Amino acid sequence: MITDDDVRYVARLARLRLEPGEAERMTGELAKILEHIGKMSELDTADVPPTAHVLDVVNVMRPDKPRPSLTRDDALKNAPAVADDSFRVPRMG
Amino acid sequence: MSGVLDPLRLKAREAKRLLVDGEVSAAELTKVYLDQIAAVEERVHAFIRVTADNAAKYSTKIDREMQAMRGPLAGLPLAVKDNMVTEGVTTTCASRILHDYAPVYTATAVRKLWDAHVVMLGKTNLDEFAMGSSTENSSVQVTGNPWDLATVPGGSSGGSAAAVAAGEALWALGSDTGGSIRQPAALCGIVGMKPTYGAVSRYGLIAFASSLDQIGPLTRSVYDCALLLRHIVGKDPYDATSVELPFEVELPEGDRLDGLTVGIPGEYLALGIEPGVRARFDETVALVEELGGRCVEISLPHTEYGLPAYYIIAPAEASANLARFDGVRYGHRAEGAEDLLEMYERTRGEGFGAEVKRRIMIGTYALSAGYYDAYYGRAQRVRTLVRRDFARAFEGVDLIVSPTSPTVAFRAGSRTDDPLAMYMSDLCTIPVNLAGLPALSIPCGLSDGLPVGFQLIGPAFSENRLLKAAHALEGALGFETAPTFRDSAASSDAADAARSVAARAAADGAPPAPPGEASS
Repeated sequence: MITDDDVRYVARLARLRLEPGEAERMTGELAKILEHIGKMSELDTADVPPTAHVLDVVNVMRPDKPRPSLTRDDALKNAPAVADDSFRVPRMG
Repeated sequence: MSGVLDPLRLKAREAKRLLVDGEVSAAELTKVYLDQIAAVEERVHAFIRVTADNAAKYSTKIDREMQAMRGPLAGLPLAVKDNMVTEGVTTTCASRILHDYAPVYTATAVRKLWDAHVVMLGKTNLDEFAMGSSTENSSVQVTGNPWDLATVPGGSSGGSAAAVAAGEALWALGSDTGGSIRQPAALCGIVGMKPTYGAVSRYGLIAFASSLDQIGPLTRSVYDCALLLRHIVGKDPYDATSVELPFEVELPEGDRLDGLTVGIPGEYLALGIEPGVRARFDETVALVEELGGRCVEISLPHTEYGLPAYYIIAPAEASANLARFDGVRYGHRAEGAEDLLEMYERTRGEGFGAEVKRRIMIGTYALSAGYYDAYYGRAQRVRTLVRRDFARAFEGVDLIVSPTSPTVAFRAGSRTDDPLAMYMSDLCTIPVNLAGLPALSIPCGLSDGLPVGFQLIGPAFSENRLLKAAHALEGALGFETAPTFRDSAASSDAADAARSVAARAAADGAPPAPPGEASS
């Protein structure tokens, strides 16, 4: 059963700040959803291979030749903060 | 001429003929839709952004430069779901985290249509990041269903479906991860198709669940659906999962189903289908036989495990895909954070809505150490079982049919407090995405005055078979009813207030160039 502490831990993994009370509310919601998902354990899947992709495509390659791509100006166009032609971020903690 | 065109009934096939014959100009046709938007959008809220000036200018340019601009869809007005990036036109995914995002490139499916000279009318509302079944998870506004404005249009492509049903667009693009084209098409009384996985490039479709997402058409007829589909399919060097269709998409003809064997999965009918929906479904099945088709009962034994598998796989992929929204390269950034980690956490906490957070949490939990095998690993194995069900069934039948949605359009607000109840809206559509199959929904009548959708599912790459059968059935059904824009909650002003969370806040900023300009 998922607990408030689990939810806070997962939120940290997901880099998601939850408001006061949000973690507790989410614990209840996630518990209910996970209970439904638990239905899968009725099936014996030991000998069933997993599906990651539905089509039989293998590696898609192209020649390793340089070609035009996004310009620096375009790449920085939507950035909230820019310095020295780079994305500017707060210092590491 | 444009005075006699009824946007609630006009189909792309007819509009194209009128344009080619010179009976109507592209500018006149575009004006029909812009006028309808002006008349009803205040009540429907289908669009996040209407690009009216660009559409008017571009359609005039098409008329003026007829020789150079004779693309196969020249002058046909289109709405685009706001999770496909469009250079020059803000793309929001109906999320606060992308509220002012100005894409520097254009999604391949949209680019192909611009190159064919369609006229883009605007970007339509959706559940934030396409996560939802009612379009109520939009951070911008709640869209009303033109058949009863107090009910939802379905989701997540609810804006595109409502726009087409309301005559605010001739046709539209949507995206379908677990039913997000077919379910809103059903609830709004129009045609919606999810092609085979890989048939349409996902380049520029802001990713929700990459192994399930697929772009497709929402239209007023099956013919129109085929016409739009044939111009968006194809392998794209920018999407390594895209494939070339081994055939050309045919424009459907014919009115018979002779020789066609159609499977009816008993498991789908046991899923709590409401009586009115069941009645229309049964009538339509009877019609299949009248047209010469043969209906047989089949079994898809793992149907009830599709939903649980989906609600691990889709959130797991979403939690990875949405990691890119971190306040560094684009989108919202929280103010005043002391360090990088705090900036990430607050940006994402402020930027995402409740349902998106819920799915990121489920996905992260399912992928976290100690739980991976029990959840994600198992879900992928269940996915194989669902695929095998379909493969086995298609050894004996040509197509499978079911109701598209277990219910007709439900009241706004009636499922928002119960995520699981909302997820149940997609019981009949989700297995199709898990198996990567093509499927479409056509309107098959009304129940309590609201449209019912009939879903046809085919094997991978059976688009032509599906479209041909759906076209014949559509002709026999003769569903030509138009929505009435009634509002069963009109007596209480509260409903209307609740509907406009922030009515078209984004509608003003004028993008720099008419869509399509940059392509020439």
